[in-house]
Amino acid sequence: MSEPQTIQFELVSPDEKLVSAPMRMAVIPGDEGEIGVLPGHSALVASLKPGVVELYERAGGKPRKIFIAGGFVDVSAENCTVLAEEALPVEQIDRAATEQQIADLKEDLGVAQEAHDKDRIRKRLTLAEAKLSAVTGKLAA
Amino acid sequence: MPSLRDYRDRIASVKSTRKITSAMKMVAASKLRKAQEQAEASQPYAQSMAEMMARVASGVVVSDASSPLLVGTGSEQKHLLVIVTADRGLCGGFNGNLVKAARAKISALREQGKDVSLVCVGRKGRDLLRSDYRPQIAQSFVGLMGSSKVEYKDANKVTEYVLEQFEAGAFDVCHLVYNEFVSVLTQKPSVQQIIPFAVPQGASKESDKKKESSGGVASAYDFEPEEEKILSALLPRNIGVQIFRALLDSAAGEQAARMTAMDNATRNAGDMIDSLTLAYNRARQAYITKELIEIISGAEAV
Repeated sequence: MSEPQTIQFELVSPDEKLVSAPMRMAVIPGDEGEIGVLPGHSALVASLKPGVVELYERAGGKPRKIFIAGGFVDVSAENCTVLAEEALPVEQIDRAATEQQIADLKEDLGVAQEAHDKDRIRKRLTLAEAKLSAVTGKLAA
Repeated sequence: MPSLRDYRDRIASVKSTRKITSAMKMVAASKLRKAQEQAEASQPYAQSMAEMMARVASGVVVSDASSPLLVGTGSEQKHLLVIVTADRGLCGGFNGNLVKAARAKISALREQGKDVSLVCVGRKGRDLLRSDYRPQIAQSFVGLMGSSKVEYKDANKVTEYVLEQFEAGAFDVCHLVYNEFVSVLTQKPSVQQIIPFAVPQGASKESDKKKESSGGVASAYDFEPEEEKILSALLPRNIGVQIFRALLDSAAGEQAARMTAMDNATRNAGDMIDSLTLAYNRARQAYITKELIEIISGAEAV
């Protein structure tokens, strides 16, 4: 083996370490577009938007999908560390609850008066919508 | 002279107290284990965050345009102290020591002529400080650590409040006062500055060396978006992590302190029962002897 075939991938949230395993490839939702990370990637630090991290253990295999609520990624040639504020495997997202949350937040937004309240609700709304689109499989807007 | 019955009642009451304290000790021990596990689970995130902070901060040229979270507001007049205590008592000097440290910090700042406001996390700290500093307490958070688990979401409530106040210009410098978990037997009250961000000395020196060795190239990392933007997004997160860690440390420390305190209480209760039993037996002996004397002297008189 002349070149390493995998990259050590780690996904940590403040509450726990979710993934720590070698991966063939990882696709990460960067703030400025999706980032595909393969072994030997140049060193990179990027901020992430709410979205889905896709992990490929083997080339051409089925990806493991994990939703993250924004965060940061630190990539070097051998390591890839994702710091997520909140992380949840996509199959564990409760679709009905998320839809309900979106409806509630939209209602709140209508009622909210102050600008910073609105900002906060809008932020949560984007998050919930990203969560929902992670389940339905559509691309995040 | 207490009667035999008094002694018996006393012994029974101390025994039931001992039962309670030893049960509390056991509960605290199991909660402590959980809290420690949780603190360990949060370790990788905090560590990666610290590494990333050092990396990004070393690449950024500090200028006036930098985030005030990093360089400060230019003034040091208004101070905010976030004081983390437990919600419940019966844990030895845990809350008392912390409040003492907080008072020391408050009076030190006041002597320098600074304005001080407080944010209390935990019911005990709020109650203890309210008598002296009622007007200074800007906000208090109670019940965050009430359940056995401290959640990041809960810590975030504190973080959000602190950041909001900072943006609104309510303070210039923020310190975190909390009990650092040193070991099961030791919790150290410590004061840590979180705003503006103090770049760790060691880290910055190390990165200076790296800069020199790489021939003046600022850093070998690519940033997406630019360093400044990442840094300004990282800083609030980093504060969040520090507050979360303080809460975790405090939660583990609280259980450890309670365990130690209850262990002592259980032992003291045992000692007390021993000495009470001794006194009880002595009194009983004296009573029996007295009765015997009465019987004998009665028989002799006949």
